[in-house]
Amino acid sequence: MSKVNELFGKKLAIVNFGIESFYRDLSRQNQSAVHVDWKPAAGGNKAAAEMLRKLREPSIAKKIDAANKEALKRILAAKPVLIGLSTAGEAIPGMTKTTVLHAGPPVTWERMCGPVRGAVMGGLVYEGLAKDIAEAEELAASGKITFDPCHHHNTVGPMAGVVTYSMPVWHIVNKTFGNDAFCTLNEGLGKVLRFGACDEGVYSRLRWMKNVLYPVLKEAMQIKGEIDLKVMIAQALQMGDEVHNRNKAATSLFIREIFPAVMKCSRSDEDKIAALEFINGNDHTFLNLSMPAAKCTMDPVFDIPYSTVLATMSRNGTDFGIRVAGLGPDKWFTAPAEIVDGLYFPGYSDKDANPDLGDSCITETAGIGGFCMAASPAIVQFVGGKVQDAIRYSTEMYEITVGEGNAYKIPALNFRGSATAVDILRVVETGIRPIINTGIAHKDYGVGQVGAGIVRPPLNCFLQALYECSNRWA
Amino acid sequence: MIKLEVRKNAYYDSVTLMLISKDIKKLEGVEEALVGMGTELNREIARNIGLETPGFEDVTANDFFVAVKCKDEDVFKSAAARVEELLSRKEESRCAAYYPSTLDGALKIEPDINMAVISVPGKFAAEVAQSCLEKDINVMLFSDNVSVSEEKALKEFAAERGLLMMGPDCGTAIINNVPLAFANVVKSGDIGMVCASGTGAQEVSCVIDRLGAGISQLIGTGGRDLKPEIGGVMMKTGLDALAADPKTKVIVLVSKPPSEEVAAKILMRAGSAGKPVVVCFIGGDPGIIKSFGLHAAVSLEDAAYKAVALSKGSKPDDFLGFTMGLEKAQALAKEEAFGMAGGQRYVRGLFTGGTLCDEAMKLLIGDLKHIYSNIPLKIEDKIENAKSCKGVCHTFLDFGDDEFTVGRPHPMIDPSLRAERVILEGNDPTVAVIMADCVIGYGSHENPAEELSNAIRAAKTNAAKAGRYLSVVASVCGTEDDPQCLSASRLQLANAGAVVLPSNAQAARFVKLILDNLK
Repeated sequence: MSKVNELFGKKLAIVNFGIESFYRDLSRQNQSAVHVDWKPAAGGNKAAAEMLRKLREPSIAKKIDAANKEALKRILAAKPVLIGLSTAGEAIPGMTKTTVLHAGPPVTWERMCGPVRGAVMGGLVYEGLAKDIAEAEELAASGKITFDPCHHHNTVGPMAGVVTYSMPVWHIVNKTFGNDAFCTLNEGLGKVLRFGACDEGVYSRLRWMKNVLYPVLKEAMQIKGEIDLKVMIAQALQMGDEVHNRNKAATSLFIREIFPAVMKCSRSDEDKIAALEFINGNDHTFLNLSMPAAKCTMDPVFDIPYSTVLATMSRNGTDFGIRVAGLGPDKWFTAPAEIVDGLYFPGYSDKDANPDLGDSCITETAGIGGFCMAASPAIVQFVGGKVQDAIRYSTEMYEITVGEGNAYKIPALNFRGSATAVDILRVVETGIRPIINTGIAHKDYGVGQVGAGIVRPPLNCFLQALYECSNRWA
Repeated sequence: MIKLEVRKNAYYDSVTLMLISKDIKKLEGVEEALVGMGTELNREIARNIGLETPGFEDVTANDFFVAVKCKDEDVFKSAAARVEELLSRKEESRCAAYYPSTLDGALKIEPDINMAVISVPGKFAAEVAQSCLEKDINVMLFSDNVSVSEEKALKEFAAERGLLMMGPDCGTAIINNVPLAFANVVKSGDIGMVCASGTGAQEVSCVIDRLGAGISQLIGTGGRDLKPEIGGVMMKTGLDALAADPKTKVIVLVSKPPSEEVAAKILMRAGSAGKPVVVCFIGGDPGIIKSFGLHAAVSLEDAAYKAVALSKGSKPDDFLGFTMGLEKAQALAKEEAFGMAGGQRYVRGLFTGGTLCDEAMKLLIGDLKHIYSNIPLKIEDKIENAKSCKGVCHTFLDFGDDEFTVGRPHPMIDPSLRAERVILEGNDPTVAVIMADCVIGYGSHENPAEELSNAIRAAKTNAAKAGRYLSVVASVCGTEDDPQCLSASRLQLANAGAVVLPSNAQAARFVKLILDNLK
């Protein structure tokens, strides 16, 4: 029997591309039909469509497909565990006393945005390398300071992401692959270094964190041993967090875990109480754990040739940069960072906003954060949407990912695993860019956070990456 | 026996696990079961229901465990397998408001997709169609502006895989009684159709329905299928499928007259279908058709009459008359012509369906000699700029032709241009009759008869004011079960003063009767 005659015996299940009323007619008749919100491949960009076509030829497509499955496998197999605390100088590879790590792709002092400059200068003063901001500015411009992305040092940093030699850092290990990730401790909201604030209040908080908070947590973690962050994130997703912009549940879970160990440690009661109060008073404590957890989850994908899985998304407030698994960790694809579409605190507007900033979208890269927006209805309100929008955002991401999470599940999507492993080819093909939840920094250093919202990476980053894939493999 | 399986550091939410526990307890051979995280509470419950077993002391709150009291090892294995199955079950979240952006996304929602309806812009259409065929999905390609070489490649690829590749420019199909794009709600029956024309297919299938018979399948091919470059690939596939289809007793082929070479191939194949085949090559030579032992139709309506006769086992006669009878039709035509002014001599045909326009011209050309048109029968009767110029003498316009559809929907979806033209042409003092079609069914405007009726009223009023009587002759292509409803549509047109005939062919013949009165 021919396939056509087989079809005559089956129930029709229809996909409709184009005129929506054809779909509505079928729905009216209770026919099984799906409407595709079709757009031309690559938004009608002929050159890109042609590159995609070549990469989709079976001989190459097979390799890409296998490589992407391997990347997904590694991401799902990751087991990020918090093992303790250290200082940047002791733990972060390649760190020197005159190194300043920053968020995003590489950027020179001249091109740095306001908040990053502020944080760099603040960091130099904090380290005692400059006595004041004026001196710090001179030093930063002198060429004596080594600037490098956190991402080049197994590190991630929220917002400006500035890390200097003596700062305390969380130490996370991906137990499956043995790779490390580091991140500073979260300073809280308001006038803080990561938003570019650099005054005495910022330094004294940083010093307190180094002298009081760090020793308490370090010893507590020595007593505790380790904390499985994957399990903790999975639970937090069931409790209304998406662990990027909302970390309330995860921070609470973390305090529950660390609390007895803090009580057991040898520091003074006064210090212990102050430390607990500090992390308890800062809902974003866990952001500096979810980020390195995502970072060490993603880093093992870099040595998979032919993989078109997105390995990094990151911004320095000037440029948005992405890296792709199969193209290696040295290759950034950048485009100017965009202004975040968001909700501004009273007194501020998008005119005050710095372009998109920070390494925190490593969470989205790993399938959490904005990709789990449906798990975090509270966040949707914060960014001015409805619960349905959150569900739509999360659902849309399945269009551009290779697979779905095995641990990170979304209750509102019937516990569907979150969209995981973004395929850059699908991003270009569909024009759907990854969704990112993010905070918004003031464009001038020293002001701090002015809002929060939703942003997507510039398509241009993905087009450049596609071009490179096509050049190398097609 | 009590069996325990522990997975270190695996988290699942407790509600899911409680549901799974309940499910596992129902398995045969299972006495008691608990699936959960190793919290203090869960371990206590396990103790209380008699699931305490060595190994429990090492279970921590971060661990996931399956504890089962069961008959034997095999029962436990199947219980563990069931737990795995339930944990990894993918709950596709169907969200009404969400439309996927790609075929892959659609397949995640409905994995059994077997038909694609594609109406994206022509330059992208071939690629979308190809991606569907590659996934063994049959295609109905509504888009036009697809190149001949793309069409050929798609059809050959589909033929190799045994799939339907209907189109490009295929507006009508009914597969498994589901109307796709522009199609009517017709009864299910034993007449199978393969059609190279959309409105032609609608007209034949609707008349079949009205005659009390029904359609098994209606396969579209797209207008170019029988051109020598394509060679009728799709019509052959369709013919073969209907020949092999046990539900199909009679086959109807509808197309504009193809080239002789392609016609011979198709007719040869039809001749060996083993079933009666009615062929309607609109305006084509019936001799060739008959020479292959097939039934030649003289009009779309006639094709329906012949197919129904064959399906009932009776002899198919040519249907050339009027449902109301010739005498009554003649009387009515005389009445229509009665109040006309001296200069009124011409007919203007204004159509939303291209094949209906073509058929009407072919039925009238013998008498009228010249019919000016944007889709003329004779090259010298071609109208350029049909959109902006006024009609001259006998003029027939197809509003679905490219010139009218650039940047706007097909007139069957948006009949407003045609309605405006009814008023415009009605103002011409040389016009005696306006002929119009009204195509209903899925895909079409929600009430095309209303729009046409309003225009008819206005045109008639204008003519009356100028001391003329303007006759409007119309037919409705549709069925009672269409969303717009055949009788309701006819009634609207009749109430506006149109003479409504049961078919396009009868409407054309009726126009001739009126014009005869004016000679």
